[in-house]
Amino acid sequence: MEWINALVQGILLGGLYGLFAVGLSLVFGTMRLTNLAHGDLTLLSAYIALTVVGMGTARFNPLYSIPIVMVIMFVVGYALQRGLLNLVVGKGDVQGVIVTFGLSIVIINGLQEKFTANSQRLQVGKLEKLSITISDQLSVGWLPLVIFIVGVVVIAALQIFMGRTKMGRAFRAVSDDQEAARLMGVNTRHVWSVAMGVALAIGAIGGVLMGIRTTFEPSLGSNLLIFAFEAVIIGGMGSVWGTLLGGVVLGIAQLLGSFAFGPAWSILCGHVVFVVILALRPQGFLAKTVTA
Amino acid sequence: MSLLKVENISVFYEDFQALYDINLEVEEGEIFACIGANGAGKSTLLKTIAGILTPRRGHILFDGKPIDHVPPYKRVEMGISLVPEGRRVFPSLTVHENLLMGAYRGRKGPWTTDAVYELFPLLKPLRKRQASGLSGGEQQALAIGRGLMANPRLILLDEVSLGLAPVVIKRIYEAFPTMLESGCTILVVEQDVQHVLTVADHVACFLEGRISLQGVPSEFTPEQITAAYFGV
Amino acid sequence: MSAPEISLSETHTKRYSVYVATRTNLLVLGFGVLVLVILALFPLFGPTMWTRRLVDFFSYLALAELWNLMLGYAGLISVGQQGFIGIGAYTLWLFSDHLGISPLAGAVFAAIGGAIIALPAAALVFRLRGGYLAIGTWVIAEILRLTVANIKRAGGNSGITIQAVSETVQKLGTDVWYSRVYWWALAAALIAIGVTYFLLRSRTGLALKAMRDNDLAAESSGVNLWRTKLYTYVIAGAGCALVGAIQAMYTLRVHPGSAFSVNWTAYLIFITIIGGVGTIEGPIIGTIIFYVLRETTSDWGTWYFIALGILAIAVTIWSPAGIYGWVVRKWNFMLFPLQRRVRFLSPGSETGLQGETSSGG
Repeated sequence: MEWINALVQGILLGGLYGLFAVGLSLVFGTMRLTNLAHGDLTLLSAYIALTVVGMGTARFNPLYSIPIVMVIMFVVGYALQRGLLNLVVGKGDVQGVIVTFGLSIVIINGLQEKFTANSQRLQVGKLEKLSITISDQLSVGWLPLVIFIVGVVVIAALQIFMGRTKMGRAFRAVSDDQEAARLMGVNTRHVWSVAMGVALAIGAIGGVLMGIRTTFEPSLGSNLLIFAFEAVIIGGMGSVWGTLLGGVVLGIAQLLGSFAFGPAWSILCGHVVFVVILALRPQGFLAKTVTA
Repeated sequence: MSLLKVENISVFYEDFQALYDINLEVEEGEIFACIGANGAGKSTLLKTIAGILTPRRGHILFDGKPIDHVPPYKRVEMGISLVPEGRRVFPSLTVHENLLMGAYRGRKGPWTTDAVYELFPLLKPLRKRQASGLSGGEQQALAIGRGLMANPRLILLDEVSLGLAPVVIKRIYEAFPTMLESGCTILVVEQDVQHVLTVADHVACFLEGRISLQGVPSEFTPEQITAAYFGV
Repeated sequence: MSAPEISLSETHTKRYSVYVATRTNLLVLGFGVLVLVILALFPLFGPTMWTRRLVDFFSYLALAELWNLMLGYAGLISVGQQGFIGIGAYTLWLFSDHLGISPLAGAVFAAIGGAIIALPAAALVFRLRGGYLAIGTWVIAEILRLTVANIKRAGGNSGITIQAVSETVQKLGTDVWYSRVYWWALAAALIAIGVTYFLLRSRTGLALKAMRDNDLAAESSGVNLWRTKLYTYVIAGAGCALVGAIQAMYTLRVHPGSAFSVNWTAYLIFITIIGGVGTIEGPIIGTIIFYVLRETTSDWGTWYFIALGILAIAVTIWSPAGIYGWVVRKWNFMLFPLQRRVRFLSPGSETGLQGETSSGG
């Protein structure tokens, strides 16, 4: 019954992928910007955590660095949007793709310059190996379980934020009709910057958790972007819970693929499942489109 | 000092000139009507007052102060609210959420969601309905209510009766006195002349980007107004 | 024979003729033919090191022209052309080492292979829009890379030397080999430029330009958007695969990490953006600039890439038409005339110039 193990692992991995994907989806929703640097920015969080944790004389558990890294990445996101990306919003897809692709190159090479291409890992000591035994065939790692729960909680929190708060409403209004939003007194440049900040802060949670869970090096960002993208498309654009569902489907595809064909095939299996879903149900599972 | 003074403005869309040296003044507490055929420049004027368009020449003064370089969101803060052409309600938000968006800048005043529901009771049972599921008349009521939620001193209504049944239009016009009472001045743009002239204190008729007639409605004969409207 | 007329008012009519090339253009054409002859004969008299450099140069030029065709005229943003480059390289390997076709002829099959792969890829990727379409093309490239990298017979992750190529090099000698590869590279660049030029002068070309300017309007006037995008994507796929084959002939081996590297996209985005999208000359200028930069900063390592990235960002934001676009705007000059221009004739004359306006482009 080992495939059950792989299935469960895949579901749990989906929580992480959901965290990666939600930011990408949020940014696209509010400003129609496809941020090709999203994966690299998520990865950047892991490197920032590495720096933060290594600072000072007392090394501490990277899990505690998450709030700090979140704040840093929020500021980075806000500044990036306000200073640079606002210049390409609304100018068509091309400018957005080129600029964020250029940004991606800058980040990847900057990380390589600063941290070298060596693999890094955020150490949590014993927590890494801790697992919960459910049956004699199924045991679940504590860390993957925690990551999944964090993913669900964060996405639920984002959903509440979008539904119940003034800023969340503003995100949705700007997403619907930015000119009408301006007529309501919304400063769209500020709202977009907040959206990017939130997206990167959520990405930071994912990035740090990922860095704890697995090794990372500068070129990993591209894969993080692709996983996020696949999760968004599988789950359906415009749906926050959809990105979690998409992440879970992707995680399952990857880990069942690894189980069936070997680890060298896991990512490829994920891509294949993505392609099949794109072919058969291009709108994803939980897509929402609303027009007046 | 008038609430709004439009001084010699000319507005362009790229190379196309939509407004030529427009001058008008709106006094506080009045209903000012802009009439004219499609494309005459009325909506352009409202968008310029709201800050979405910038005049290439001329000035706009609100409460005596020039607002030419004030961005749209700050103008809402100052008390200018535009209810745009085509309603532009937020389709994925509910009726109630749309109203809350109107209050985004948090200006103090008598308009609350309750007050809006009182003014347009048809909206009350629709509070939780997504705005995309509303009829034209309901959306228009919502759009006006949303505009009022900003507690504006000057509300700009762009073609609020377009495409609506007469009974609905009547209900909208019945709301005007309440709006005035709350301290709101109304600048209304209409293609349908009859209705608006019965309530307007001042009228300006637009023809191909210029004002062809301006003054108190009672001063003019229907023939004069038709002539100014069509440019014959 | 008389020029058509338009009526501006009752008393004043102007005659006009539609022309595409100016006199300057014709001069440049003559000069261009000369340059072409020199380039074609270059390997016979030039130093081998330069011949090799030019293989690279024409490879990048071909890639950039094709990317420019996809983007500037069909509105398709691809960050996954490296998938076709890799497939071209491996198809060459397949036909050379396993099907016994001479490597120089094998390049043709590489191009065909690229075109064949492009069809299902398009079917998938066209379900997406804009930026997401771009990432979709990247996923396709990754699928191709991972699949190939998992094939042990093809060398797996470490790649493999193309035996047939090594043997041919032994037989002909390096100089002769590189001149053959050079001619393929020159051909690839000329084909890419030629296809772009003729495609755009044709009805389809005007359709593509219309599409770029306004999707909805183009569609409602009967242009088949989907089919035109498909052709463009397939042509680009074939062309990039050809370049991949050329690169394999040049390096004598295939390796998934380099054949399918996203750096290809990084380079050609840089070239096309710096040079300017939407013109044929733009990529030429861009490739030249790219080359000069590469030679002067080759020891910068990661800083070279960082500088590329920053420059691409800056040009996109502040000079979206690229450096060549800036030139065009300033001096109203186009090397490869693609715009239709209207010249107003003074009444009574056939060739007098009263004023000019240009349209389209």
